[in-house]
Amino acid sequence: MTTSTTDRVSPRVRGGARPPGGPTPVPSARRRRIRWQPAWLFMAPSLLILGVFVLYPILRTLYYSFFDWSVGAAVQPFVGFGNYIKLFQDPSFWNALGVTLEFTVVSVVLLIVLGLLTALALQSEGLASRITRSVFFFPTIVSLATIGLVWKFLLDPDIGLVGGVTKALGLAPVAWLQSAQLALPTLIFVSVWRSVGFAMILFVAALQGVPGERYEAGRLDGAGRFSLFWYITLPGIRPTMLFATMMLTIQSLQVFDLVYVMTGGGPLYRTDTLVNLIYRDGFVNFETGYAAAISWVLFALIMLISLLQLRIFRYNDVD
Amino acid sequence: MSTSATATRTSPGRPRAGRASLRAGAALKWIYVGVGFVLALIPFIWMVSGSFRSEADLYQNPASLFPTSITLHGYIGVWQQLPFLRLLLNSFVFAGVTTALTVLFDSMCAYALARLRFVGRNVCFVLVIATLMVPFQVTLIPVFIQLFHLGWLNTYEGLIIPRATSAFGIFLFRQFFMSIPADLDEAARIDGAGHWRIYWRVIMPLAKPAIATVAILNFTNLWNDLLWPLVITSSNDMLTLPAGLTLFGGQHVTDHAVLLAGATISLVPIAIGFFFAQKYFIAGVATSGLK
Repeated sequence: MTTSTTDRVSPRVRGGARPPGGPTPVPSARRRRIRWQPAWLFMAPSLLILGVFVLYPILRTLYYSFFDWSVGAAVQPFVGFGNYIKLFQDPSFWNALGVTLEFTVVSVVLLIVLGLLTALALQSEGLASRITRSVFFFPTIVSLATIGLVWKFLLDPDIGLVGGVTKALGLAPVAWLQSAQLALPTLIFVSVWRSVGFAMILFVAALQGVPGERYEAGRLDGAGRFSLFWYITLPGIRPTMLFATMMLTIQSLQVFDLVYVMTGGGPLYRTDTLVNLIYRDGFVNFETGYAAAISWVLFALIMLISLLQLRIFRYNDVD
Repeated sequence: MSTSATATRTSPGRPRAGRASLRAGAALKWIYVGVGFVLALIPFIWMVSGSFRSEADLYQNPASLFPTSITLHGYIGVWQQLPFLRLLLNSFVFAGVTTALTVLFDSMCAYALARLRFVGRNVCFVLVIATLMVPFQVTLIPVFIQLFHLGWLNTYEGLIIPRATSAFGIFLFRQFFMSIPADLDEAARIDGAGHWRIYWRVIMPLAKPAIATVAILNFTNLWNDLLWPLVITSSNDMLTLPAGLTLFGGQHVTDHAVLLAGATISLVPIAIGFFFAQKYFIAGVATSGLK
C-alpha cells in the first residue's frame, strides 16, 4: 500500500499520451530508493514470521539445551553440556534413536522400491492408469491422525476387519499393536501404505521426463528390458531418487502423529520415536531443557543424514 | 515395466520366450496394481461403513465390510459427546485464515525476490530456503514459550500467526513469478503503476495456478496437522478436529462409531477438494510441499 503511494508521486504518463522515444525522467538516485524500499516492505510479513518463529527459536532451543530449563520454574540453573551428557547415558534416548532409525530405514527402502514399482506399472496416461494413480495417492492427503485411528480400529482383534477376516479364516486373531514384536512393523506398514502414492507421483513425473530417444538408442544396441531399466531408466530418474529419498527420510525421522494416535510409544517403548520422546519430555513432563537437547540431536541427525545422502548420490555420478 | 513392455512389442522378430515372459509380466503387474487398489480403498470404505454401524454389530460381525443395519447413532454421538461444531469451526478458522494469510504473505515476499533488484536479495532467498530444512519440532518448545509470554496460547492468533507463511510457498511463487515475462511489469510501470499495483493487478491475476497449488497444499497440511494444535491449545474450546478426535478418542469416547463418524466428517472437505482439484495436489507434490 505504501509502495503504490511512493510510486504515485512519480510522473504518470498514460498509454496514448506517451511520446515515442520520450525522456526517462527518473534520476538514478531516486530510482534506487524506489527500487529497494518496496522490496523490504513486500518481504516484511514473511521475514518477520520466519525470523521470530523459525530462525530465532532454533537458536533459542540451543540456548535452553544448556539449562535445566522448565516452563514456569523459579530457577533455571545453567548445566552446560549436562543435558547432552544425560542424554547419552539415558537408555530411553538410545531406545528412541534405535526405534526412529529402524522405522526410517525400513520405511524409506520400502517406499522407494514400492513407489518406483507402482510408478512403472501406472506411468501411462490412459484413463484407467490415471484413476488408479489418484486412488493410490489419496491416502497421502488424509491426516495421519485419521489414518492412525482407522488403522488402529481395523487392526483391533475384537472389532477390526483384519481380526474378523483372520478369525473367519480359522486363525487366531493377532494383537498387532499390543505386541512388542509386531507394533513397530505395523506402524511401518501403515506409514508405507499412506505414503507410497506420494513416492509414486514423484517417480511418474520423473519417468515421463526420461527422453524416449534414449530407449530407442538402447533398443537399437540390442538392450533387453532389464538393461534398459538399469542403464537408461535408473540413471534418468536419479535426481528424483535423491529428492524422494531425502524427503521421505526427513519425514520419517520426524514421525510422531501415527505413533501418538496408534500406540502412544508402547508397548514397552517399542514404538517410542524421538519426536514422541521430545513431546513427552517437553510438554508432558515439562523437562524443557532436556527436550531441547534431544531436539538439537534430531536436527543434527537430519542434517547429517541429508548431507550423507547428497554425498552418496554424487559419488554415484562419478562412476 | 510398461515402457520396456511397449518396447518389446514394437520390435519385430522377438523370440517367443520373450513374449511369454511379457504376458507373465503384464499379469503380475495387474495383480500388483489390483491388490494395491483394493488395499488403498478398503480402510476408507470400512471407515465410512463403520460410522453407520452399532457397537454390537461391530463386535458380532468384525469380518464384514458393510453394516448389517444402518444406524446414525455415531453421528448423533459426535454432536453429543464432542464439542463438534466448535472443533469444526476451529479447524476452518485455523486452516482457512492461515492459508489466506500464507498466500498473501508468500506471494508478496516472492514478488520482491523474483521481480525487484535490491541489496541482500540472495541472502534473503537462502535464509528462506534454509528454514525448509529445519524440523518443525526443533522450534516447537521456544515457540510455545514465546506464545506463553505473549498470552497467545489457546487463541486463534497463537494458532495462526506463527504458521502464516511457508518457505515452500515463497519458493513456489518465486519460481512461478520468474516465468512471467518482465515486459508486463515494464509496460505497467510506464503506465505509472506502482509496485503494489503491479503485484496485485498484473502478477497475481496471472499466478492463479500457483495460488491454487499453494492454497490447497497449505490448507490440507493445516487441516491435517496434529502436533501444532495439540501443543498450542489445551482448552477443549480451541482444539481442532484432528486434535479433538485424538484427545477424545483416548479419553471420553468409547464408542467406535462415534470416532469413525468424526473421522469421516473431518475427511469430507479434503476429499471434496481432492475430487475437484486433483491436478493442483499433484502439481504441488511434484514440487513437493506435502507432509
